Amino acid sequence: MDNLLSVITFMPLVAALILALFLRGDDEASQRNAKWLALIATSVTFLLSIFVYTGFDASNTGFQFVEERDWLMGLQYKMGVDGISVTFVLLTTFLMPIVIASCWDVKSRVKDYMIAFLLLETLMLGVFCALDLILFYLFFEAGLIPMFLIIGIWGGVNRIYASFKFFLYTLLGSVLMLVAMIAMYMDAGTTDIPTLLTHTFASETFSVAGVTVVGGLQTLMFLAFFASFAVKMPMWPVHTWLPDAHVQAPTAGSVVLAAILLKMGGYGFLRFSLPMFPVGAEVLGIYVLWLSAIAIIYTSLVALAQSDMKKLIAYSSVAHMGYVTMGIFAANQQGVDGAIFQMISHGFISGALFLCVGVIYDRMHTREIDAYGGLVNRMPAYALIFMFFTMANVGLPGTSGFVGEFLTLMGVFQVNTWVAMFATTGVILSAAYGLWLYRRVVMGDLIKESLKSITDMTTRERAIFAPLVFMTILLGVYPALVLDLIGPSVEALVSNYDTALLDSGVTTAVAGH
Amino acid sequence: MIQADLNNVLPEVLLAVFAMLALMGGVYTTKDKSAPVILWATSLVFVLLAAWIGVNGEGTNAAFGGAFVDDGFSRFAKVTILLSAAAILLLSQDFMTRQGLLRFEYPILVALSVVGMMMMVSAGDLMALYMGLELQSLALYVVASLRRDSVKSTEAGLKYFVLGALSSGMLLYGSSLVYGYAGTTLFTGIFSTVNAGDISLGLLFGLVFVVSGLAFKVSAAPFHMWTPDVYEGSPTPITAFFATAPKVAAMGLFARVVHDAFGGAVADWSQIVAFLSVVSMFLGAIAAIGQRDIKRLMAYSSIAHMGFALMGLAAGTAEGVQAMLIYMAIYVTMNIGTFAFILSMEKDGQPVTDIDALQNYSKKEPLRALAMLVLMFSLAGIPPLVGFFGKFYVLKAAVDANMAWLAVAGVIASVIGAFYYLRIIYYMYFGEERDALNGSMPMVNWLLLVGSAAVMVLGVINLFGIEGLAMAAAGALVN
Repeated sequence: MDNLLSVITFMPLVAALILALFLRGDDEASQRNAKWLALIATSVTFLLSIFVYTGFDASNTGFQFVEERDWLMGLQYKMGVDGISVTFVLLTTFLMPIVIASCWDVKSRVKDYMIAFLLLETLMLGVFCALDLILFYLFFEAGLIPMFLIIGIWGGVNRIYASFKFFLYTLLGSVLMLVAMIAMYMDAGTTDIPTLLTHTFASETFSVAGVTVVGGLQTLMFLAFFASFAVKMPMWPVHTWLPDAHVQAPTAGSVVLAAILLKMGGYGFLRFSLPMFPVGAEVLGIYVLWLSAIAIIYTSLVALAQSDMKKLIAYSSVAHMGYVTMGIFAANQQGVDGAIFQMISHGFISGALFLCVGVIYDRMHTREIDAYGGLVNRMPAYALIFMFFTMANVGLPGTSGFVGEFLTLMGVFQVNTWVAMFATTGVILSAAYGLWLYRRVVMGDLIKESLKSITDMTTRERAIFAPLVFMTILLGVYPALVLDLIGPSVEALVSNYDTALLDSGVTTAVAGH
Repeated sequence: MIQADLNNVLPEVLLAVFAMLALMGGVYTTKDKSAPVILWATSLVFVLLAAWIGVNGEGTNAAFGGAFVDDGFSRFAKVTILLSAAAILLLSQDFMTRQGLLRFEYPILVALSVVGMMMMVSAGDLMALYMGLELQSLALYVVASLRRDSVKSTEAGLKYFVLGALSSGMLLYGSSLVYGYAGTTLFTGIFSTVNAGDISLGLLFGLVFVVSGLAFKVSAAPFHMWTPDVYEGSPTPITAFFATAPKVAAMGLFARVVHDAFGGAVADWSQIVAFLSVVSMFLGAIAAIGQRDIKRLMAYSSIAHMGFALMGLAAGTAEGVQAMLIYMAIYVTMNIGTFAFILSMEKDGQPVTDIDALQNYSKKEPLRALAMLVLMFSLAGIPPLVGFFGKFYVLKAAVDANMAWLAVAGVIASVIGAFYYLRIIYYMYFGEERDALNGSMPMVNWLLLVGSAAVMVLGVINLFGIEGLAMAAAGALVN
């Protein structure tokens, strides 16, 4: 099959169309059909993506499964994956059936809900597979539409504010990227990503309106892309949309947001910022490292002060994304390996944590930490699973969370010891807010009257967590599963980056940092 | 000789003759009872002419000593104008009937204004330009005040007329200056004068006045003041008409004047057009935020969109003109769908224009709400909808012409503008539960609404091939 990636990408869309066109009515039976169709479609997508995994040759650092068709004005419809993107494709296809299964109890507008998620899956997969700048932008931006609707229609009390903030914030970030993309098109004469990866953009220092821009065009383009990906990621200080969006989004929306959508920012850094603008990345990289360190400490402290469980986990996500940006801009093998690993592992862990909140939210309809306490007495299985993922979030060795944090810290240590030192305190802080949250919610005596009749997880809920637990442990004890897949591609990325810097002669200029 | 000249203007002549015959028919027969027939016949004639022009037209032919030019550019614009006018006429029938406004003059006036528009985009001479413009405008002044017993409608017509006359005055004054300093009214003559040496100060003055007059017609800020009031006061189908065909014609005329006559002085007008573009985009985006009336909102939205179209023109290249043409074609398609929706906004038979009334609409009419959602996202320029590609083309043209600052300003304005489109979606989809609007929608309107939304989605595949057509059209204009 030479168009496997397209099939995988558009499979959910086809299911969404079938739902939209052929499923009528809003009674119980049609709701059930909608859910099953969505579940089957996402599962089939996952099964198909296994073919990508088995057919993928990790030692080949080029793009594989490439397909190419002409599109408008010299643009191309071009899809393909390398070691970096294939992991994200697999993460997405793996998580989507779980997401669909987790919203089994949704009652309002079930069909629309399923369509939105299927649409979102297509767009997310498109982002990771696209090998044309504008095609990438198309998928990247279009993802805003279903997410806007998911937050706005099925979200919590303050959903309208959150959905607008989410949409406009991320849109503002990306439109500047669009202008930079057009400028790249002009400069290189193509929007083909593999070609652009080998193209050297001008990096001669020039001055704009009296301001000297070290690294010239590359720095400006880096900034434009940075604006987009930093918002998406999200990095401190442009992270403020995330807690709002998370708190108001329905559980499944939060899971997708934390587990997959945020990864688009990291993927963007790896696909564009680092390899295409190495000089820009070198000039500004040090600032990104410090921003990441600030993000880790600051958002961890903010997380400590939260009284809303989802908000706490949202801030914890921002902190963990800090490790990712730090690893990426350390720009060495360990750092980038660790960043990707951290993103994958965070996909499982944060997704699971939001599901954990969802489990008790479905029962009690509140996310206030104070409303809980002593759940272990009535919900032993839940306590166990929540415990496991709290530990994984903290970075307990043996879980995947540890590998990612350790690798990124090791990578950044070689570049800047101070940043590494400050970032490491984040590990302690995450233990602080994670364990404290756990103690307040799960431990102690069950004294609250309202909790007396709470029930433990159902079989369906346990089944949803099983694959996540499995993956977290598997990657924790056998990280080579991911590292072998991404290793050669990352090695090529890092060595190209170093060569480009040597060629441009910027390394010496910035070595003083 | 005259034979060849007449052959070139045959579509215009036929349409004018048709309008006269229809007028006679209306007067001597049953008056307003024949209005639906005339309306359908006019639409049919529009579509047939569009097909004829689209299929038969070939090469560049000048008639009447160069005063009338029939080339790829004018044909592209004419087809867009004719098809959009036909669509709007069909849209309006049901609404006009129910409001008691379906007079037989209405389609005839529209037909006459379309003749003017066709003349405008084909103008090769300042006289022809003015003739076309006035024919178009006078017909539009009348239809704006079609609802004679409504204060708002008469006000709209009067305001439009007075301000339109002012802009015509500026245009005329500019034309006379241009004639005085160039010694000719022919665009080709002006072109060679401009090319021959430095552009004289008088000519430049003339250019500025002409551009101001034209900016008025496309409702670009800061010449936009009439737009919201006229849009609000006119009967909704007329508003829909104002938002579509005349905009294309004025834009086409604009491109023709600056490229055909002043093609040698790109640097001189490009900065004026860039200024108009930036101001329009920001004004349209910001001023619309406070609007609760959907017709006023669409007026500001059209100002912002004209800003984007002008961005393509400001680039001063063939690519820019191509981008502008594509933008206009997409814009018109989106507006037809949007107005089809607005026409159905009724509660218990009364038209409603307050956007607040859209609350809970998606529960009541899921399909219409979905189509409107697509159109709103498309107007906001969110990919993968076609509205994004319109923006992409003009942004690319601007960046290519070394006007990256204009592109950056444009995208920022588009983010601000996204807010009010999102608000409409928010009312429809996550507004509070209340009695939704219950207007009915005739089959034709439904088809146009859903069709235009479908075009917005499916266009992502290849934009229905208008890219190549627009490129040929732009190539014919800019050499």
